[in-house]
Amino acid sequence: MHELGIMANVLDLALEYSQANDVRKIRKVILEVGEYSGIMPKLAQDFFGYIAKNTIAEGAVIEIKKVPMKVRCRECGAEAEIIPNNFMLSCLECGSENLECVTSGREWKLESLEVE
Amino acid sequence: MDPVRIIEVKESVLGDNNKKAEELRASLKKDKTFLVNLMSSPGSGKTSTILRTIEHLRDEFKIGILEADIDSAVDAEKIQAVDIPVVQLHTGGMCHLDAGMTETGLNELNAPAYDLVFLENIGNLVCPAEFDTGAVCNMMILSVPEGDDKPLKYPLMFSTTDVLLVNKIDYLQLSDFDMEAMKKRVYNLNPSIQIFEVSAKTGEGFGAWAEWLRIEIRKWLT
Repeated sequence: MHELGIMANVLDLALEYSQANDVRKIRKVILEVGEYSGIMPKLAQDFFGYIAKNTIAEGAVIEIKKVPMKVRCRECGAEAEIIPNNFMLSCLECGSENLECVTSGREWKLESLEVE
Repeated sequence: MDPVRIIEVKESVLGDNNKKAEELRASLKKDKTFLVNLMSSPGSGKTSTILRTIEHLRDEFKIGILEADIDSAVDAEKIQAVDIPVVQLHTGGMCHLDAGMTETGLNELNAPAYDLVFLENIGNLVCPAEFDTGAVCNMMILSVPEGDDKPLKYPLMFSTTDVLLVNKIDYLQLSDFDMEAMKKRVYNLNPSIQIFEVSAKTGEGFGAWAEWLRIEIRKWLT
């Protein structure tokens, strides 16, 4: 729902990196987005399309890589991904409930740019 | 056509609000002000819960209130009626508060003058969960008439809060609300959340809730 504001940040960051790297045109913007961030990919692409007009990012494709929520067991070190609607309370390996978040599933990261 | 190359960025694009929220929390610690971000659906009892909590804590702590609504001063007027300082924010259609708006409100309230500030967020179970307001404690209310399945339908809200008040327990006799089922669903999402069963109407349960809050505030103020 809040794709517009976030895509504006994406555009700013993409242009900043492009300027620093002598970029002529941005062809693709690759985002890493948490599984639980609530992103709607089509909205992200559409909004970016509007705001990127007349910049070197005009026409760039938005590629979204989903990042799952990951937990690590503080007892045995085993890691596991949380499946949506199936939050685990205990480690599948050793049964401990002493878990910590590795990735929250709510990240929005500009991972990389494919440029000319 | 120039050859294609990849530029690695690997930076969060949520940076601004999260950074602002951390800065705000640090200044609240320095100013010794405990800010609670109170969230829920419309009508589940945020304002009446604040009023009951004020009754329990006003003799020990200096309390100020930030009311946030799309429009009207309905809630702020209720707070004013009990002689507690209040600032009413109008978001003009925004569905949630962020750290920037919260900071503006706190400045208008002169937050460092208070030990405890409640930020009554917009009535909305969706958007407020996504934005860190800089609060020390995230609190939500679920009221009995809303149903015990809300943790299944709004997992983000239930998983990002520190404390949940189940309000309107005076309605339990009239409803199918399954308290144990609801708690199990919440603990599945958020094993360390504190849950209190209350009725802002009758005052039941507020002693235990106020005691928990009292301890948290004292920890923050030292």
